[in-house]
Amino acid sequence: MSLTLKNVSLIVDGQTHIYDTTVELVPAGFNILLGTTLSGKTTLMRLMAGLVQPSSGRILFNGDDVTGVAVQKRNVSMVYQQFINYPNMSVFDNIASPLRLSGLARAEIRKRVETVADLLRLGPFLKRKPSALSGGQQQRCAMARALVKDSDLVLLDEPLANLDYKLREELRDELPRLFAARERTVVYATTEPSEALLLGGYTAALHEGRITQFGPTGDVYRHPVDKQTASVFSDPPINLIPVTKTGERLQTSHGANWRVYGAFRDLGDGEYELGVRPHHVQPHDGAGDGAVIEGRVQVAEISGSESMVHFDLEGRPWVSLAHGVRAFGVGETARFKIDVDHSMLFSPQGETVATMRA
Amino acid sequence: MAARGNSRFKWIVPFLYIVFLMLPIYWLLNMSFKTTNEILGTFSLVPQEFTLDNYRAIFTDPTWYSGYINSLIYVCINTVISVSVALPAAYAFSRYRFLGDKHLFFWLLTNRMAPAAVFALPFFQLYSALNLFDTHIAVALAHCLFNIPLAVWILEGFMSGVPKELDETAYIDGYPFWKFFGKIFLPTIAAGIGVAAFFCFMFSWVELLLAKTLTSVDAKPIAAVMTRTASSSGYELGLLAAAGTLTMIPGAIVIFFVRNYIAKGFALGRV
Repeated sequence: MSLTLKNVSLIVDGQTHIYDTTVELVPAGFNILLGTTLSGKTTLMRLMAGLVQPSSGRILFNGDDVTGVAVQKRNVSMVYQQFINYPNMSVFDNIASPLRLSGLARAEIRKRVETVADLLRLGPFLKRKPSALSGGQQQRCAMARALVKDSDLVLLDEPLANLDYKLREELRDELPRLFAARERTVVYATTEPSEALLLGGYTAALHEGRITQFGPTGDVYRHPVDKQTASVFSDPPINLIPVTKTGERLQTSHGANWRVYGAFRDLGDGEYELGVRPHHVQPHDGAGDGAVIEGRVQVAEISGSESMVHFDLEGRPWVSLAHGVRAFGVGETARFKIDVDHSMLFSPQGETVATMRA
Repeated sequence: MAARGNSRFKWIVPFLYIVFLMLPIYWLLNMSFKTTNEILGTFSLVPQEFTLDNYRAIFTDPTWYSGYINSLIYVCINTVISVSVALPAAYAFSRYRFLGDKHLFFWLLTNRMAPAAVFALPFFQLYSALNLFDTHIAVALAHCLFNIPLAVWILEGFMSGVPKELDETAYIDGYPFWKFFGKIFLPTIAAGIGVAAFFCFMFSWVELLLAKTLTSVDAKPIAAVMTRTASSSGYELGLLAAAGTLTMIPGAIVIFFVRNYIAKGFALGRV
């Protein structure tokens, strides 16, 4: 089953929510919509489901135009960030409800509900009301309802966002296995780059109502087409600094400079913007060779085995995700080393001109 | 230790409050078991000559008990109309945005602000012209004027507490709108419907002016019967007290069923 959006846009009350978008989802694949809040992930999903009609453009299922077709007839299922279940029905009836509507035989319904319930470890709770379940169980119930139906398209809108850490890890491991087992297209929205990387598949980066890039998740991560995609795919946000390339050297406006090689060397001289993800900026104690920069520390937070060091680099806010616990004094000048192998260069217009390597 | 001393007397305020609250009701009950002579002649905390004659008179005299039946009929009609009309209206207010929706919602509420006396004359004229004077439906419709806005307001609060995603999930599962509305949405807001019905019932039950203006014989409400009896055959205080006691019973029954839901209504910021 394939889903294609052709020049789809959505304008509500004169405000553009989705700009002209053309994308063909990978059939029977795991498609991830990655973007910050308000980037239009949910809106795009609602368009795919048919809950809202696009202002212009067409939506194709297997090549058939379904733009005006009611959501009831589209054979999709959806799981929301909030735990949405029918509060007046038992867990069993909740899961069975899409099957009952399609008019299946009772025995068949019972069999399928029980299979799915076992898969999601809801077996012992089938007689309970959703309100008597824990948050994780409620979300699993919602997922079971989406799974039990043989839908062509499954939309998962940040399904793990409201769950606690442990449960999220657990369900995240199970998700691709649960949904990718059959021939259906899965769309998964998330705000977290790490989640997209863990789930794999294909990723569409969304920024303010536009899909900036769509491709295999690893490719989008390693070779973002522009600055926006790179910052969507980085948490904390990607570090940026203007640099000048002269010959084989890159130089910041304050004089820090280093020799370039590989993809960077082949570029013409001129003004660029350098982008480095926070975990590729590490505190540096040694001598000043390579891409070493100096910044004034503003905040240093320690989270378990990592330290997040916010510092000011030539007027730009930079972040370093340093390995291990590092102590920094506020206002102290510290040296950091950029992992040049994982940096990228953007043109002044924001397009990616070179990425170093995989 | 001061705290413990205080807590020992904590019951006093609620106790006094309840005593003062219950006193008139007790006195009514007390009177209803006395003869009119005893009521007028002596002061007694409990009936000296306990009698059920007052109640017997009400349950055997059609001019009395038909008052209750009439009241119950138009109150029930009104409750059914108000809630069933308010349900789709409240759904629209909670789920859709349309031109002037907020103004319309406020305008609905303003209907509750006008005194019933304002509407008495136009209603009397209107229902007479339509040959609806002295019918149950006339009173039921007249009470819709303030009960529908109230029901819309209460139900809108409950409905807005249900996430829109529930509707969408149901559509995605394949529910047509009406099936969703009946099988999922209404059960979900059952508490709200109970609260709305209760308030419609109570307001219609206690409203006197419109009910009295729009009826003469066939649909005369109990409250009107009570006022008339007081003037025609002197002061039959025992009988009136018994009638008053009986008037409180339907409300007490209804409130018993919705008592838990009303607390929920308060929690949702409505009622």
